[in-house]
Amino acid sequence: MANNREVDSFSGVETTGHEWDGIKELNNPLPRWWLYILYASIIWSVGYWIAMPAWPMVSSYTQGMLGWSQRSNVMAEVEAIKKSREPIKAKLLQASLEEIEATPDLFTFALASGEAAFGDNCAPCHGSGAQGAVGYPNLNDDEWLWGGALSDIEYTITHGIRNENFDSRYSEMPAFLQVGTVDRKELSDLTDYVLLISDQEPSSEAAAARGQGLYVTHCESCHAADGTGDREQGAPSLVDQIWLYGSDRESIQSTIANARNSTMPQWGERLDPSTIKALAVYVHALGGGE
Amino acid sequence: MDKSYGHPIDILDVEAVNRKDKRSFFKKREPIYPKRVNGTFRWIKWAVMAITLGIYYILPWVRWDRGEGAPNQAVLVDFANSRFYFFFIELWPQEVYYITGLLILAAIGLFLVTALAGRVWCGYTCPQTVWTDLFVWVERAVEGNRNERIRLDKQPWSLSKASKKIFKHIIWLIIAIATGGAWIFYFADAPVLAQQLFNLEAPFTAYVFIGIFAFTTYSLGGLMREQVCIYMCPWPRIQSAMIDDESLAVTYRFDRGEPRAAHKKGASWDGRGDCIDCKQCVAACPMGIDIRDGLQLECIQCALCIDACDDVMAKVDRPLGLIGYDNDLAIQYRQEGKTMPFRPVRLRTVAYSIILAVVGSIMLYGLITRPLVGLNVLKDRNPTYVALSDGGVRNGYEVKILNKLREEKQYFISIEGLPGTTLSAVSLPISGQGEVMVNVPGDDLRAIKVFVTLPAEHRPSGQTPIVFKVSDIKGEITATKESVFSGGRQ
Repeated sequence: MANNREVDSFSGVETTGHEWDGIKELNNPLPRWWLYILYASIIWSVGYWIAMPAWPMVSSYTQGMLGWSQRSNVMAEVEAIKKSREPIKAKLLQASLEEIEATPDLFTFALASGEAAFGDNCAPCHGSGAQGAVGYPNLNDDEWLWGGALSDIEYTITHGIRNENFDSRYSEMPAFLQVGTVDRKELSDLTDYVLLISDQEPSSEAAAARGQGLYVTHCESCHAADGTGDREQGAPSLVDQIWLYGSDRESIQSTIANARNSTMPQWGERLDPSTIKALAVYVHALGGGE
Repeated sequence: MDKSYGHPIDILDVEAVNRKDKRSFFKKREPIYPKRVNGTFRWIKWAVMAITLGIYYILPWVRWDRGEGAPNQAVLVDFANSRFYFFFIELWPQEVYYITGLLILAAIGLFLVTALAGRVWCGYTCPQTVWTDLFVWVERAVEGNRNERIRLDKQPWSLSKASKKIFKHIIWLIIAIATGGAWIFYFADAPVLAQQLFNLEAPFTAYVFIGIFAFTTYSLGGLMREQVCIYMCPWPRIQSAMIDDESLAVTYRFDRGEPRAAHKKGASWDGRGDCIDCKQCVAACPMGIDIRDGLQLECIQCALCIDACDDVMAKVDRPLGLIGYDNDLAIQYRQEGKTMPFRPVRLRTVAYSIILAVVGSIMLYGLITRPLVGLNVLKDRNPTYVALSDGGVRNGYEVKILNKLREEKQYFISIEGLPGTTLSAVSLPISGQGEVMVNVPGDDLRAIKVFVTLPAEHRPSGQTPIVFKVSDIKGEITATKESVFSGGRQ
């Protein structure tokens, strides 16, 4: 329809011939810079299809000439970070636990990696803040069954408690009622005595006094004459205010009757030595360490 | 075009490119060929260009000794270590509000000079003006003055035309690359980066930013020029609100110039204006306007028309200043036979000056009294408190101490507000007064785990406010931070 060309008199631009309520649309071309960018984008996208993973196939996708993939990038980054940490990890392995705490950069690194390892491995039992739970010790406080020095903590983490490892911390509280060492009456008296020495209210002075004799016979060898416990055997103090299984009469009675012998895995077989060192430093730095 | 009527002046046959009645949305850009002028304002502009570009290019190379371990570059934006250095000032990331203050000062300063003398920023110091001026100067040097450039553009393509054009663009690109190149030196140690750039070892971002700035300088300063000021820049719109009747502006004194007409040498000047309609002012204008049409949005007040006109006035032996810094109100006064004194002290300028002084004083006060030690205390929330075997209770806190001094410093941490507390910290000594003693390296932050323990007899129920305090050994540099102590359930 070349003969139907119509030029707008005001702007001198050809119109499209379409009319809406007396208004005609000018047939201006797209700006050239815009057009060039469109062409450049088309060329770019073709190159991109060839170079990069692009087309979904039935069971896979086109891999692209550059072999780029997000997974390999991540793996490379993880490797790079591992590599960048190698020197300080080597230093961590060489230094003693005390040296680590005294060296600011090693200490900072140990705390950070210890915290991460704690979250991955220890938090399910001990809680994300190491605050513990019934049966799982609070690692922030100052009561340590097996000792709270750096080396004690490292040993406990490495070998665990009451597991199949020969080196693991081991002790066994007898189930006094179950094995018949004490009868129910004696159990009650013994409980009263424990309540007395732990600064709680026994049911009667007489019962507690009866219990004292039983304590000397059955308990003293592990929990000591004054009830302060024995770390060599992992025997808890009975005179402080921290109770792993509860300090009320019911809990104490149940402990004497049925015993409590919980376990902890040996982490030495799952974690590398530098991680265990970092964990020991982290746990020690939680505030309860000795 | 040789219509000089006996005067040694070219009477030009030109029309302003950007006239209001010629303005059309459908029109393509018409090129503007600003003519070379000489005169006072042209020299001021050269001087301003030399100073501003000089500052821009030289500043990153100025050294400033800050001692061991600190960069010795006077002006440096150190993103990697999150510091900003400006001569004796060193800003930490939490102090970026000083930049806000600086921007406020710049804005109010711009308001003030605009109220006094119109768009002097646009005319003399705006980077767009400075670089465009530089690019036009290069163009003039390669392709010649106005008429030669017009002729060249009308010529069909030839080897000599192409080589001139290519040569011009190459120089433009070099300037543009140098512009981007200078920018990156503000963000890294200049001598080191310069060496890396030439050995092609510099960080990729350095090249990217050179590219971005080279592109913007070349396209905005070289290719788009006046279009940036007219269509892209928001300042003219904002600045028009800062101008009042008494602000100075580049003004054609029509009371003196009109009626305008060509003038024959020796003819009488009686009954006519001083404007001989030579259109030199139009040819000189880089914005393509005719100043004789009055104040208009396109005018950046570069005053080149003043120089062009003064040149002509001197040749026809009339007083200078047919175009000058003036305003329409003053012209109106003169026409009524009165004189309007220029009053730089007006409510508007006084108000701007007061704001300027207040903001400046606040910033100066802040800068002088800014603490040399920063303290942050984060209370442990997991667990919120730890019950101890003797019935006492302990809370853990992460105490962060920022030492803004250059040298390592020993600080003493203590707490107030709770009697009977004992402080402890992992692997840190405790002073005889029970304070935690900690060394913080110069210009660094150290996070310390501090434990606050209360024995059973002092154990509070619920939350008690406490205050952490750090001080140096003389007790001169101190900082405090409030926190709470949780006694927990009992």
